[in-house]
Amino acid sequence: MGFLDISNVTKSYGTVEVLHQVDINVEEGEFLVLVGPSGCGKSTLLNMIAGLEGITSGDISIKGRVMNGVHPSNRNIAMVFQSYALYPNMTVGQNMTFGLEMHGVEKSKRDVALKDVAKLLQLDQLLDRKPGQLSGGQRQRVAMGRALVRDPDVFLFDEPLSNLDAKLRVDMRTEIKKLHEKLKTTIVYVTHDQIEALTLSTRIAVMNGGYVQQLGTPKEIYDTPANLFVATFMGSPAMNVLPAKVSTIDGVPYAQIIDGEGQPVSLRFSQENMADWDGKDILLGIRPEALTDPEGADRKSTNIATFHNAIDVTEPAGSDTFVTTTLGDADVIARLRADTDVASGQMFEFAVNMDKAVVFDPVSEQRIAP
Amino acid sequence: MSIATQDTDVNTGKIARTFIYLVLLVFALFYLLPFFVMVVNSLKPLDEITGGNMMALPDKWTIQPWLSAWSSAQIGVEPTGLKPYFVNSILMVVPAVAISTFLGALNGYVLTKWRFKGDTILFGLLLFSCFIPFQIVLIPMATILGKIGLAGSIPGLVLVHVVYGVGFTTLYYRNYYAAFPTELVRAAMMDGAGFFRIFWRIMLPVSGPITVVSVIWQFTNVWNDFLFGASFGGQSQPMTVALNNLVQSSTGVKEYNVHFAGAILAALPTLLVYIVAGRYFVRGLMAGSVKG
Repeated sequence: MGFLDISNVTKSYGTVEVLHQVDINVEEGEFLVLVGPSGCGKSTLLNMIAGLEGITSGDISIKGRVMNGVHPSNRNIAMVFQSYALYPNMTVGQNMTFGLEMHGVEKSKRDVALKDVAKLLQLDQLLDRKPGQLSGGQRQRVAMGRALVRDPDVFLFDEPLSNLDAKLRVDMRTEIKKLHEKLKTTIVYVTHDQIEALTLSTRIAVMNGGYVQQLGTPKEIYDTPANLFVATFMGSPAMNVLPAKVSTIDGVPYAQIIDGEGQPVSLRFSQENMADWDGKDILLGIRPEALTDPEGADRKSTNIATFHNAIDVTEPAGSDTFVTTTLGDADVIARLRADTDVASGQMFEFAVNMDKAVVFDPVSEQRIAP
Repeated sequence: MSIATQDTDVNTGKIARTFIYLVLLVFALFYLLPFFVMVVNSLKPLDEITGGNMMALPDKWTIQPWLSAWSSAQIGVEPTGLKPYFVNSILMVVPAVAISTFLGALNGYVLTKWRFKGDTILFGLLLFSCFIPFQIVLIPMATILGKIGLAGSIPGLVLVHVVYGVGFTTLYYRNYYAAFPTELVRAAMMDGAGFFRIFWRIMLPVSGPITVVSVIWQFTNVWNDFLFGASFGGQSQPMTVALNNLVQSSTGVKEYNVHFAGAILAALPTLLVYIVAGRYFVRGLMAGSVKG
């Protein structure tokens, strides 16, 4: 029994089921991120936790108390909305204490709570302003302040950073993370941005098509994605997926792929159980950072394979240089060190860290190794 | 707003400019002329009107016609002037406008933020009431007013105008609130505010522009209504009916100067509402319609 239990929850609109059998237990102090493409049901799930949408079947409970049918204001939760949803006619201070006022907290106590939170979020100077006079980042902080003042059991964030510009988004991301480390509150956070998910969370639920595809720590999600969807959705640039065939030489499994000139390349698997797939087709997943030049390859790796291939495109990105090359008839992105001297059209020696390779069944698209 | 107009400003030469202003001036004079005639003639003794020029300024200025129209002119059979009827109109207009505007705001709030099954059909039916001609409902309305005991009274007239006005006010507020972010309502719900709390504290405070539109529209319509006033007014007829009785009296000398003064008196309140609130009018109409 966790702090926030979502057990066997489904949601249907008429005959269309949009959420199927969701089961998530959130521990106290956890930062759970629900991530997925638009329409995957993540916001619906959040709204169901908030009580803004009904539950078709299953239970949601907070601190062991079943919340189905309990009014949003009686769940002791607070929510930060995508548009911030600050009341335009009230000052920052009134915005932040409105919830307390509605819950009948007396003025002196409200003022104390407001003062604490305003100090925490550096909003002291802004308390008498109207939301219209604030910048995007300030509004965001007020929205968080409004949630914090109430000292709820669970915080819900609905894509809170998507209205900010790129730089501010990174700053606010750090702010939120700091806040969580300091206050140790339980947070459920919805985003479609996989970087936000990886950086902020203690656990991630990757959702697609109304199903939770995988629930795990950021490292589990990134290194051992449960299926092809999770593998390609999480990480930027996306994981390279190449069709390959397994063959064994003296009982050692190799992945057979074809390079840009149609020549075969053999890459030895780090996982010996891949020998069971001898002769079968698989999908080989390689993250861009696992495909580099030999000098840049991970020195701790036990299994680095090298091969030569032509470079199609180079994209210097400052901190790294991304190059595109053709493997197994697909464009593959490799991540090289920034100063690597490369030009398009040039032959280049690539190094693959096969310890980090992930293998998928091409039919079921589920991970089979590691 | 001002920047946008500058961008779309058409570059015109001096001659074209002069021509435009000239045309505008002519139109302005054309529209102001009737008002000029009314004001001028209401300030003349009667013999100057019957014996002279309608357009001429008075030789002898007098406010006697105004005083007479207000307190002593013959309205029907009583020499009461327009004063009691003016009071009747005020007693009718103020509650009718207030109630219909409030109900419209409440309807708009429910139709946009508390959606329910069949809400669009209900809204369609409400809209339909904007298109029903007054004459059609006269007899059924008379029956209903009689049955509930409000026939020939000011509360009866207020009821009639509220029923007729709610369609329009709902339309205004619904379109205005449709552009109002629903997340705000959800946030207020999570903060623990109930149905009416959200309405009072969140929705109404930002409804200024559309309220101005609704009030001007309702005030003008209710004040200017003649048919309902004449049909259901009974002993408490509004200003418009009294003005008719003043002007249309078939006995005695026609005191045109008093008629002019009375007509201006009858038009003054709506004029006043426009001058005070008019600049918000267009703004409010735009706010409701652009995003709705």
